[in-house]
Amino acid sequence: MQMTGAQILMECLTEQRVDTVFGYPGGTILHVYDELLNYPGIRHILTAHEQGACHAADGYARSTGRVGVCFATSGPGATNLVTGIATAYMDSSPVVCITCNVDLPLLGKDSFQEVDITGVTMPITKCNYLVRDVSDLADTVREAFAIARGGRPGPVLIDIPKNVTTATTEYEPLSRSQHGKTGKLGQLMKRSSQDFKAPEPDYRDIDILCDMIRASEKPLVICGGGVVRSRADWEFEEFANRIDAPVGITVMGAGGFRGLNKLATGLVGMHGSQASNMAVDACDLLIAVGCRFSDRVALQPASFAGNAKIVQIDIDRSEINKNVETAHHIIGDAKRVLQLLNERLEQMDHTPWKDYVFSFKTVTEYDEADDRLTPRQVLDAIARIAPRDAIFATDVGQHQMWALQHLHFEYSGQLVTSGGFGTMGFGLGAAIGAQVGNPDKVVVHITGDGSFRMNLNELSTEQYYDLPIVTVLFNNGALGMVRQWQTLTCNGRHSQTTLDRGPDFVKLAEAYGIAGRRVTDVEQLEAALHEAIDGGRGMVIDCAIATDELVRPMVSGGGRITEFMVD
Amino acid sequence: MNEIKRHTLAVLVDNEAGVLSRVARLFSGKGYNIDSLAVGTTHDPAVSRITIEVLTDEKQARLICMQLRKLICVHSVKRLAAEHAIRRELVLIKVSAPTHEIRNEIIQIANIFRASIIDVATESLTIALIGDDSKAEAIQNLLDEFGILELVRTGMVALERGQYTIDEQTKEKGEFDYGKNVL
Repeated sequence: MQMTGAQILMECLTEQRVDTVFGYPGGTILHVYDELLNYPGIRHILTAHEQGACHAADGYARSTGRVGVCFATSGPGATNLVTGIATAYMDSSPVVCITCNVDLPLLGKDSFQEVDITGVTMPITKCNYLVRDVSDLADTVREAFAIARGGRPGPVLIDIPKNVTTATTEYEPLSRSQHGKTGKLGQLMKRSSQDFKAPEPDYRDIDILCDMIRASEKPLVICGGGVVRSRADWEFEEFANRIDAPVGITVMGAGGFRGLNKLATGLVGMHGSQASNMAVDACDLLIAVGCRFSDRVALQPASFAGNAKIVQIDIDRSEINKNVETAHHIIGDAKRVLQLLNERLEQMDHTPWKDYVFSFKTVTEYDEADDRLTPRQVLDAIARIAPRDAIFATDVGQHQMWALQHLHFEYSGQLVTSGGFGTMGFGLGAAIGAQVGNPDKVVVHITGDGSFRMNLNELSTEQYYDLPIVTVLFNNGALGMVRQWQTLTCNGRHSQTTLDRGPDFVKLAEAYGIAGRRVTDVEQLEAALHEAIDGGRGMVIDCAIATDELVRPMVSGGGRITEFMVD
Repeated sequence: MNEIKRHTLAVLVDNEAGVLSRVARLFSGKGYNIDSLAVGTTHDPAVSRITIEVLTDEKQARLICMQLRKLICVHSVKRLAAEHAIRRELVLIKVSAPTHEIRNEIIQIANIFRASIIDVATESLTIALIGDDSKAEAIQNLLDEFGILELVRTGMVALERGQYTIDEQTKEKGEFDYGKNVL
């Protein structure tokens, strides 16, 4: 059937069973938005800013496990996506961004709202495309989705010049199962040495690891983001229970292993618990599943797990030996590798080793303040009142680390947080995406006053689409995390980290048509949380906490993992 | 391990727009200067071969190869060990040759190096030379005294000796393919 580029795009999104798109219209993407009106099966969420749209698509992807999609126009619309794309890239989140560009003949002439967005996003996408010919469009969209969700997931960008969206060509519908057999995707599959229908890890590598585990007396497992992306919760828990090893959890791995399992030692790395970090130092075998040993985990690569053989299980071969040298690796999807390991391993017992590890603290105690809420009080109240399956979206900073330390996540996708890129302002957009993708769940957005101010314009999106997101704002009147570094490493000289200024977040929420509450004690906080969650309404709860509260413990960047600056 | 030396990388890529910048940016992003770069199509018109020479240590060279392999547009990557690689480049040198005697002298030098004279004018000679970098350097030193007007090099191209090719299906290639493409 003859169709325009814009129609083909919509048809291809339908092929991919996309039912939600986040975006912002503009001049060059005009015809795509026009065609959107003919596709009532695709719900469009109009955000306040393209960055919010990209974070929302990301939050949608992370919480549902499906590909998130966002639209933006050329020029500033496209560049506004950049932070969002980089955030998704660093955390391996499958997002497809569709931007339009100026007409082909105008490309390269510094036309109005023109930017070389494929050039700009080259380092932060798995792959990107400039579609010059409408007859390539359908195949390109199919390839983009397959690449975004396949292997190690990640963002992909498709840039379509405006005149390609109006050009017509023959479109042949193709079901998803046929995509790998034809066109560009077919070529891509053909030249690979792997069978992509059922790629299998190397069984010999699995057997080697089994022997290493049997020979180990002090094994430690690290749950990384790969467990979450692979939705391998069940297999991972079975594995940890079976080899009876303590489990340290990375920021991206939170949710992959039940935080309340008695084997969990808590966060590992810079703000890792004493138990996790001491275990890393003392173990004789460290098995990292879907973990890339970032500089926030393997703070000092040379001394990291210095007494252990390190084994890396990862889907991405280029992560092996990148940050730390390993003794063995298995390439494969975490779920499948763990299944194979579980089939081969018998129940083990490492009680003396566990007793040693759990003789160290797994949680930090905070002093009760008399006049202000403590981070722990706030998070405990949320844990008590929010349903067990509530989704948490955080911003970046102290509140993020506190949330990771004190909330116990139960399933993959329950926590949506910017780990690798550390994007302040990620939270509200991500919460919107998570809420749209999970309308039946409660979404709690945990943020700080610094992060919230960055993208709070998305409150208008929350209000318009009637999304019952509960924003809990840790308001310490400071850029807490940077201030903490200044306290600890700059002799307490606080440069530009005091936020002794507006806005009044309660009034601001109300200006956006969302309820706002200011709370100063646990009782008020509980009442507000009940009001929001039981009433199913969006709310901003401004919690006053002490300005100089620290995230504890903390190991300095590049330092030995057991050398705590503060404990 | 940390010794800086020359690494020759052969990379097979899609013959498409933008591929070269995808490959090159991996080097610039880490602050390495590409020493030599040569690109051309292969016997398969859909595939181009890039030969890159870069000065770096072993660990970084390995890291760059891993990042290269991750790119969707990259088919295969191979590091060619100096002792197993045949490396050649074409050098064109335009030399000032105002007199008959000088022309003769230059032609003699060219003959010794098995270089060919590809252009003669009243004031200059242009020489084409195929070889590796030591040969190019040697003739350059000899011609310097006559006055080199212009010099251009194609960049090194290289193949492995023997029956080995860049397309070998190894376990490592399978491992890269696993996470790179489509499941």
